[in-house]
Amino acid sequence: MSLSKEQIAQRIAKEVKDGYYVNLGIGIPTLVANFVRDDISVEFQSENGVLGMGPFPFEGEEDADVINAGKQTITTLPGASFFDSALSFSMIRGQHVDLTILGAMEVAENGDIANWKIPGKMVKGMGGAMDLVASAENIIVAMMHTNKAGQSKLLKTCSLPLTGVGCVKKVVTNLAVLEIQDGSFVLLERAPGVSVEDIKAATEGNLKVPAEVPEMKF
Amino acid sequence: MINKTVGSAERALEGVADGMTLMLGGFGLCGIPENSIAQLVSMGVKDLTCISNNAGVDDFGLGLLLQNKQIKKMISSYVGENDEFERQMLSGELEVDLIPQGSLAERCRAAQAGVPAFFTPAGYGTEVGEGKESREFNGKMHILEHAFKADFAFVKAWKGDEAGNLIFKGAARNFNPVMCGAATITVAEVEELVPAGELDPNAIHIPGIFVQRIYRGEHYEKRIEQRTVRKKV
Repeated sequence: MSLSKEQIAQRIAKEVKDGYYVNLGIGIPTLVANFVRDDISVEFQSENGVLGMGPFPFEGEEDADVINAGKQTITTLPGASFFDSALSFSMIRGQHVDLTILGAMEVAENGDIANWKIPGKMVKGMGGAMDLVASAENIIVAMMHTNKAGQSKLLKTCSLPLTGVGCVKKVVTNLAVLEIQDGSFVLLERAPGVSVEDIKAATEGNLKVPAEVPEMKF
Repeated sequence: MINKTVGSAERALEGVADGMTLMLGGFGLCGIPENSIAQLVSMGVKDLTCISNNAGVDDFGLGLLLQNKQIKKMISSYVGENDEFERQMLSGELEVDLIPQGSLAERCRAAQAGVPAFFTPAGYGTEVGEGKESREFNGKMHILEHAFKADFAFVKAWKGDEAGNLIFKGAARNFNPVMCGAATITVAEVEELVPAGELDPNAIHIPGIFVQRIYRGEHYEKRIEQRTVRKKV
């Protein structure tokens, strides 16, 4: 069975370690916050200038001056801070943020990522994505393994305009957990009930399959 | 104390003319200079180049200037929430320069700090880096980005004093502090304007030296773009 978006988020949450500062992108990455173990200390950074983001406010307690990068009303947790956009990207560019989780349209076997522009369609902009992928040491991409037309999103080379080059280290999809090493996707884990053959068929880029590929545990 | 108060939006925006380059603070609709934008609309100045992270929504923020066709060019990182923007961009009426958010912030800060240019890894190997000087530092490629040049910066703060000192609130801080002093003239509008001496010098986010004109804004709407809440259990 391939994973739901919530299950992808749940698997990625296992990569979030005690003491991490984490930046979550929009979409599946946002869901990761719901699955982080409550016995570890983690702070979420939002690039519009918030560290220590909490859950959405209760109805009637929204504050127009307290939003996240998706422009949603949020709350802050004890220990939180606000800061300007330049300082926010000092945290990101200066590699003070430990883990970045973001979505993608395509990832290539050399770690290139495309997630901001489809030629011929309305271009909304890259926001902070290019700064994040260019600087972060530890980037996990959360995405579906194939697009709506059934084509692989794990490619030999990206066909869409790039967001960053050679920057992705790990990809978690609805089918698998993969690590990018020396120009290949290395298959680390399978979604429960998904075979290595299924994953091979859905991966266009070079796939290395170790002798043992365990099923994911949650 | 050098008094920076000007009394009204009309006086604060004196000298803004057609064809100028403006910086406007805010992230989405959070922390935008609502009163200065309203004054730009009523002045009707056109052919403006606007440096702002976003472009407002159809009927608020910079969307009001777009409706009036006052903007020639937008320099932003993300512009998705605006139908009129899309129409003008696709028809070629509006020029758009999309740049990474961190580079946008740092190009403002560089202008504020008198740094003409800087190297950043953001955008290397992408179309953002095309035609730009690139260089390797510590085994990693970077591209050269330049400080912005602007005629006016319009920022919005929570509290300010007569000397132009500013304090921001929450995530409404965003691009506002880095635009202060990054243009020839910085105009700050504040929710609360107090006499010099009333704000604790330890609490000032932006010293008055970066601000030329300050006034108290009126009727802050503070519209919320994405109202997200959870239910009380």
